[in-house]
Amino acid sequence: MSRPPADTAPRPAGVVHSRRRAGVPTHRRPGGTAWRARRKAAGRAYELLCLAATCVGILVLLVLLADILRRGLPTLTWEFISSFPSRFPQQAGIKAALVGSLWLLALTALFAVPTGIAAGVWLEEYARRTWLSRVIEVNIANLAGVPSIIYGLLGLGLFVRTLQLQRSLLAGALTMALLVLPIIIISTREAIRAVPRSQREGAYALGATRSQVVWGIVLPAALPGMLTGIILALSRAIGETAPLITIGALTFIAFLPTSPLDPFTVLPIQIFNWVSRPQPAFHAIAASGIIVLLVVLLSMNALAIYLRDRARRKLQW
Amino acid sequence: MVNDSASLATGLRSALAALSADRVVARVGAAAGADSAPAFAIRGLSLWYGHFQALRDITLDVASRRITALIGPSGCGKSTLLRCLNRMNELIPQVRIGGQVLFQGEDLYAPQTDPVEVRRRIGMVFQKPNPVPKSVYDNVAFGLRINGYQGKLDDLVERALRRAALWDEVRDKLRQSGLALSGGQQQRLCIARALAVEPEVLLMDEPCSALDPIATYKIEELMTELKRDYTIVIVTHNMQQASRVSDYTAFMLAGEDRAGALVECGETRSFFTNPRDKRTEDYVTGRFG
Amino acid sequence: MTLAPRPDARPGAPQRRSLRRPLRRALRERFVEAPLLVAALVSIFTTVGIVAVLVFETFEFFHEVPLWRFLTDTQWTPLFSEKYFGIVVLLSATVLTSFGAMVVALPLGLLAAVYLSEYASPGVRRAVKPVLEILAGIPTVVYGYFALLFVTPILQALIPGTAVFNGASAALVIGIMILPMVSSLSEDAMAAVPRALREGAYALGATRFEVAARVVVPAAFSGIVAAFMLAISRAVGETMIVAIAAGQSPTLTLSPLVPIETMTAYIVQVSLGDTPYGSLEYKTIFAVGMALFLLTLALNVASQSVLARFREEYP
Repeated sequence: MSRPPADTAPRPAGVVHSRRRAGVPTHRRPGGTAWRARRKAAGRAYELLCLAATCVGILVLLVLLADILRRGLPTLTWEFISSFPSRFPQQAGIKAALVGSLWLLALTALFAVPTGIAAGVWLEEYARRTWLSRVIEVNIANLAGVPSIIYGLLGLGLFVRTLQLQRSLLAGALTMALLVLPIIIISTREAIRAVPRSQREGAYALGATRSQVVWGIVLPAALPGMLTGIILALSRAIGETAPLITIGALTFIAFLPTSPLDPFTVLPIQIFNWVSRPQPAFHAIAASGIIVLLVVLLSMNALAIYLRDRARRKLQW
Repeated sequence: MVNDSASLATGLRSALAALSADRVVARVGAAAGADSAPAFAIRGLSLWYGHFQALRDITLDVASRRITALIGPSGCGKSTLLRCLNRMNELIPQVRIGGQVLFQGEDLYAPQTDPVEVRRRIGMVFQKPNPVPKSVYDNVAFGLRINGYQGKLDDLVERALRRAALWDEVRDKLRQSGLALSGGQQQRLCIARALAVEPEVLLMDEPCSALDPIATYKIEELMTELKRDYTIVIVTHNMQQASRVSDYTAFMLAGEDRAGALVECGETRSFFTNPRDKRTEDYVTGRFG
Repeated sequence: MTLAPRPDARPGAPQRRSLRRPLRRALRERFVEAPLLVAALVSIFTTVGIVAVLVFETFEFFHEVPLWRFLTDTQWTPLFSEKYFGIVVLLSATVLTSFGAMVVALPLGLLAAVYLSEYASPGVRRAVKPVLEILAGIPTVVYGYFALLFVTPILQALIPGTAVFNGASAALVIGIMILPMVSSLSEDAMAAVPRALREGAYALGATRFEVAARVVVPAAFSGIVAAFMLAISRAVGETMIVAIAAGQSPTLTLSPLVPIETMTAYIVQVSLGDTPYGSLEYKTIFAVGMALFLLTLALNVASQSVLARFREEYP
């Protein structure tokens, strides 16, 4: 969700302009006082403009949250969370969608996390600078920019049709895993790169093999950063809708999945379904569903930020 | 086929070594009549980072169980040379090495030589203390564990810490983070970590440059203590330190193309009082560098 | 001592241990590396998979529909009995919403980046950046809800005659969605501008405004362009907002106030229906997907090459 910590290079703080320079009286210098006042006012106006632009995003976020809470809170009850969907908005709930989302989350993590970490470790610690590693790097950068719905088409063609997994949780989770894999690989690499070289050298100098250095030194030190990236990638998976629609996840499911081969629905699809209906009563429960989705996402994000900050405090080399 | 080319390479290398041996051969150990064969015999060693040559044709013997100091101005390649002695340079991409380094008669760079095994027997201490962010105990035990020791390591850890003259200061904080120690203590912890795996050689890359004088003094004292059992090679830019602790001193200087080369080496006593080379004299008397 | 160290490990003891690599360990190291390499290759397989699936189905599609009809028809009606396949209809909708989104996100994102990079105190940055990160992480279906049920009513009140589904509200909200991306990537580009350049200008008596507008932004220009291209690519590929708010009626129009259908929205529309596998409708979504893939790929590659040049400038 948020980007992994970029390096916060120090920027120049306020530069103090000396108004008095030896010798030349102020009013005789080129430009003159009025010109400088205008120049100052222009600068001030520009700063305010920039500030206003920054505030737009914050403002929209507040309005969006307020609107969703206003519309969705009244219908957010325990019945809503524990009921299956229904043709009648008063009786409809998100039980199947919530459970489906959790299933999908777990399965996606199962596929994407080990693969992403392993790929990141290979690229950072094993790969020599060969054409292969360069191709993989460029490829990952490009995959990160492929629209999610294209992954849906891949899932449809490969998992649903070719591998005959049908519209199952497994097909959805595999599609999602491929979707978030670039994110996990990139953040794993960044976390590994943040481990100082002196740490690696210290271990190599003791006669550690490459795998001992990786498992004993690099991964423990990079773990918090990797976890942050993983959580953010998984929160992306939980909020995605389009690829799952494409592979044909159902919108109306009145039972809970019991195995990875069962059909499923997820929260965003349920929300999409309700938003698309004309009746305002469905819009209200869509807002309630959004509240649940955002609570899940924000708590995942909070966890990621907490881990990131703790790692920053703890590991000061 | 593979064997052929390997032996060919070795043959070439020894031929080169023989060639350069005719020139300025600095047989420190032999000159001093030290107790045994040299620990390291460096023969015609050159090193390139990509296209940049960092070391040129270094030939040097390092005496066993003595302290040899490598001195010279920044950028003269002394750290690079040191890192050639336990094949640490290989961790940097695009490094090429020519020439030969014999360790107790074995070619460190022979194709069948294992860099991991080399580093197990030749320990290293770095410029900046680099304990891992774990407890004092685990820092020392880490080296033991990766070398296959299992079970209770308490005695081995204690022995290593005692050897590094750190035990009395940390005996009550073995479970504390190694990063919580002072800089000098961290450096001795790194020495203890290196000693725990029982190496034969200790390479020290400006081990005191990040430390205050008192901590420096403790490390120097420790080195003098350790040389009874270990061959020590220390890189330092501090000539006083070289003259205080070392038995032999080698002086390096970067040439016009910035490739480091050996200028002179010899017993430390005469090296500083009676340098043979003009450049050495200029350097040790503080005219440059 | 419970465990004696290796007998040959005593200091000073004569060494007979070989420096040769134990074969078993060499094998073990290889064994560890192999699965890691396979994992790294998964990303290659993904790309190959995407291209293979798209190419295969698109080929099938063009077997039935000639390419020139795909490129020259001015209607898009594959789901009707009288079928037209003019991709330009869907493409124009995509261009319309993406363009609208950039009109919103480009100035706002750039100004916000200037503020965060040149004006904001560290405290303000610490407060604002997480908010922008949250904004970037809100699921697109939520933005779709916001566009349809919050922005559209406002538009209808302001501009009478605005349809319930329209390109304008989708474009506005996509603009908000990519705003954090534009501002944070532009800010990264500005942060890469060497401090010396700024200090030189300050030393000449330039005001902060002048430094920001005449030194930093021009110096970071190619980095900012790269950010914009990446943002456009994101807007082009955006699906849920347009599927919810822009409608599903393929219309060739420049009006932002009437229902339209983008490439992504069409894929969603077909996917929601029960399209039989192998039917022409089924194949159309891959052909449309192919066009979408090529478009975003071109934008991404262009962005990366611009960025690579920028990085060369300020390593």
